[in-house]
Amino acid sequence: MFLARVVGTVVASRKDDGLVGTKLLVIQPLRPDRTASGPPLVAVDSVGAGVSEEVFYVRGREASFPFLPAEVPTDAAIIGIVDHWNVG
Amino acid sequence: MLIGRVVGNVVSTQKNVKLEGSKLLLVQPLDLAGEPRGTPVLAIDGVDAGPGDRVLLVQEGRAAQLVLGLGTAAVDAAVIGVVDAVEQSD
Repeated sequence: MFLARVVGTVVASRKDDGLVGTKLLVIQPLRPDRTASGPPLVAVDSVGAGVSEEVFYVRGREASFPFLPAEVPTDAAIIGIVDHWNVG
Repeated sequence: MLIGRVVGNVVSTQKNVKLEGSKLLLVQPLDLAGEPRGTPVLAIDGVDAGPGDRVLLVQEGRAAQLVLGLGTAAVDAAVIGVVDAVEQSD
């Protein structure tokens, strides 16, 4: 999993049936010092996150698991909203 | 697996139900010289590791789910060992 900040939303009217009803958010992966780490990506939200919130997300096959038994075709899912993190 | 160093922890109240009760560590992957390599990863703690520990990190879903022990869960990384020593031949 990785830290990220929600920086936007995606609206797609025509999409795979498995994505109907999901919320698509644009997230910017972060390092713990809050600098950007690599390019932004689109993730399906599973926890009710919103723009500007700090979150963590899971990549790969496991990204579809929060939605079981629905089969959501995604490779990234937000699985938590971060209260805070401690470094050191 | 990668060798990494635990650099912190993450607190999250609102999260996937299967992550409730598990500790989330921030782990900085290291190269063999001990230098940081890439972006720190959030990993489930399977061995009661803490900040400063050098650890074994898996970044693969099935392995991380075995650590959690709850069947299918939305996790893709886990700390599965605390490294005592690494020996390298030249």
